[in-house]
Amino acid sequence: SSKTQPLPKKEIVEVTFVKANGERIKVKGKEGDSLLDIVVNNSVDLDGYGACEGTLTCSTCHLIFKKEDFDRLPDKATDEELDMLDLAYDLADTSRLGCQIIMRKDLSGLEVRVPATVNDARS
Amino acid sequence: SSSAASTPKICIVGSGPASFYAAQHLIKTLPRAEVDIYEQLPVPFGLVRFGVAPDHPEVKNVMNTFTKTAKSPQLRFIGNVTLGRDLSLRELRDAYHAVLLAYGADEDQELGVNGEKLSNVLSARRFVGWYNGLPRDTDLPVDLNVEEVAVLGQGNVALDVARILLTPIDRLKNTDITEHALEALSRSRVRRVRLIGRRGPLQVAFTIKELREMLALPDCITVCKLQDFEAVRPLVPGLERPRRRLTELLCKAADSSPSGDLDESKRHFHLVFFRSPLSFYPSPDVPHAVGSMKLVVNQLDGQQQAVPTAITETVQCGLVLRSIGYRSTQADPALPFDTGRGRVPNISGVVHPGLYVAGWLATGPVGVILSTMTQAFGVGRAVEADVCSGRVDASQARPGHTAVAKLLSDRGVTTVSWKDWERVDAVERSRGEKVGKPREKIVDVQEMLAVSVGAGGT
Ligand SMILES: Cc1cc2nc3c(=O)[nH]c(=O)nc-3n(C[C@H](O)[C@H](O)[C@H](O)COP(=O)(O)OP(=O)(O)OC[C@H]3O[C@@H](n4cnc5c(N)ncnc54)[C@H](O)[C@@H]3O)c2cc1C
Ligand code: FES
Repeated sequence: SSKTQPLPKKEIVEVTFVKANGERIKVKGKEGDSLLDIVVNNSVDLDGYGACEGTLTCSTCHLIFKKEDFDRLPDKATDEELDMLDLAYDLADTSRLGCQIIMRKDLSGLEVRVPATVNDARS
Repeated sequence: SSSAASTPKICIVGSGPASFYAAQHLIKTLPRAEVDIYEQLPVPFGLVRFGVAPDHPEVKNVMNTFTKTAKSPQLRFIGNVTLGRDLSLRELRDAYHAVLLAYGADEDQELGVNGEKLSNVLSARRFVGWYNGLPRDTDLPVDLNVEEVAVLGQGNVALDVARILLTPIDRLKNTDITEHALEALSRSRVRRVRLIGRRGPLQVAFTIKELREMLALPDCITVCKLQDFEAVRPLVPGLERPRRRLTELLCKAADSSPSGDLDESKRHFHLVFFRSPLSFYPSPDVPHAVGSMKLVVNQLDGQQQAVPTAITETVQCGLVLRSIGYRSTQADPALPFDTGRGRVPNISGVVHPGLYVAGWLATGPVGVILSTMTQAFGVGRAVEADVCSGRVDASQARPGHTAVAKLLSDRGVTTVSWKDWERVDAVERSRGEKVGKPREKIVDVQEMLAVSVGAGGT
C-alpha cells in the first residue's frame, strides 16, 4: 500500500479460486488487497493471470462470481472494465476483472470461478 | 512412453507472446525439458516491443512475465538468428526432439490497385515499425508534411496509427516512441485522418477500448455520417454483448458528430464506411507522391459482403496507410505452407508430431495478446502430450543447442544471449531516463550487437 499514515491493522480475508478442472485453491489475503494481489502474493498457479499487472489493459484476470456475491460487490464495473471484459472468453453476466475487485472483511469466504482458457482452434 | 533418463530438447523460433507463453507451459509441465528460443532480432518480445503502441505502456507489462520465464535455468535465448537464413528447418529438426515455430505474420497484404506504388502509400505495419524502432523500418520514407491522411482498414492497427497521427505531441514525448518518429511527428501538418472500411459499422474490427480512446482525444473531433447508422440501430439490442457495446458507442459517436461546418482549429477523425479504393493519383505538388484517391461506394449483400455500386468519389490524401490484412511468410521451403492464406496448415497448432506452430503464424494475424496466449498454451499442451505419450520419441538423446551453436559459429553468425539483451535493455533505459522516457530504443542492429557485448556504452 502507498499510504503513509499508519493504518489500523487490516483483517485477514479468505478467498477460494475454483479452476475449470474443479480444483479448489483456498488462500488468504488482507482487506484492501485486490483479487489480483491475492493471486500474486500467494503464487496461485493460474496460467497467464494478470498479464498487464492490474492496469486494466488485458482481461487475463477474468473471474466469474456467484450471482449473490456479484450483487454485493461494493463497486459496479466501470465502462473501462466492461470494455476489457468484452474481450474475455467465457464471458458471463457475473464476470468481473479480478484486478478491479478490492477485498473487504464482509467478502471473506468468497468463492470465484476461474474460466477455462479456451483452446481457440481458428486455424 | 519416453525414457525416464532422456532430456526432451525443444526449440522455439520467434520470441513474441506465442513463444514465451508456449515456453512457460513447457517449462512448467516438463521440468526436465530444455527449451531454446531462436529469435531473428538481437532483442526479444516481438510485437510487444515493436507493435504495441508507445502510448499503451501498460500492455507491455507482460514483458515482466516473459522475463521471468527467460530466467528459468531450463530456458536459453539465442538472438540474432533467422530461420531460413542462418539455419534451416531440417537442421533444427535434427538437433531437437520437437520444433515449435512462432515467428508471427508480418507481411503486408497489398490492394493491387493503380497508383499503389506512389510514394507515401505505405503499409500501416511498417509505419508502426517506424515509430516503434523496428530496425528494417527505421528508414521508411514517410512524409508528414501533408494535411490529409487515409488509413485503409478498420482494425486495431488502423486505429493505432490514426491515434498516433492525431495525438498532441506532448502526450507522446514521455513514451518509448523512437526519437526520429517523435521529431517527425512534432513537425507533422496532419489535420484530418479518414479511417476507411469497405463495410459498415457492424463490421469494424477494432476493439471498444481503442475507440473510446479516440473519442476522448484532446483537440480532435470524431466525424461519422448519420445515414451510415440507419440500418444498424434497429439491430443493436439483438447483438451479443461485446458487439452491442461497441456498436452502441459507435452510434453515440455518430449522434455527437457535428452536423454543420467543422471546427478547423481542431484535428478531425473521420470514420468512413462502405468505401473501397479504386486507384491512387499523384499529387500536383510533390512529384511521385500520392495526392488523392478514387473510392467506390459499396452496399452490403445478404451475406454482409461488400458489393460495389456504380457510384465513385474522390478524396484528397497526401499519405495512405494500408492495413487491410497481413500474412505469414514461408521461412523455409521444407515447411508446409498454404500460400493462398499465408499460413502454415495446422490443427490446433500441430503440423505433425514433432512440428508445431503457435501464435499468429498458426491462426493468422487476428486477436490480441490474450487470444495469442490462449492459443499458445494450447500448443504447449499439445507438445507436452506428444512428448509424454511417446508420439514424439525423446528416448534417444538429441544434441540440441550444442549442434546448432556449432553450425552458427561455423557460419560466422553473432548470437545474443539473455545476458547480452539485458545490457541492451539497461542502456536503452538509461538513455531514456535522460530524456524523460521509459527507454530510448536502439534502432540499428549493428548498434544493438555492439551494446550487447558491452561496447558502445551509454
Ligand atoms: C501494430 C500492432 C499493435 C498491437 N497492439 C496490441 C495491444 O495493444 N494489445 C494486445 O493485446 N495486442 C496487440 N497486438 C496483437 C499482438 O501483438 C499479437 O497478438 C501477438 O504479438 C502475436 O504474437 P506472436 O508471438 O504470434 O507474433 P510476434 O509478436 O510477431 O512475434 C514473432 C517473433 O518472431 C520473430 N521472427 C520472425 N521471423 C523469424 C525468423 N525467420 N527466424 C527467427 N525469428 C523470426 C520476430 O522478430 C518476432 O520477434 C498488436 C499487434 C500489432 C500488429
Ligand atoms: S490484470 Fe490486466 S486487466 Fe486485470
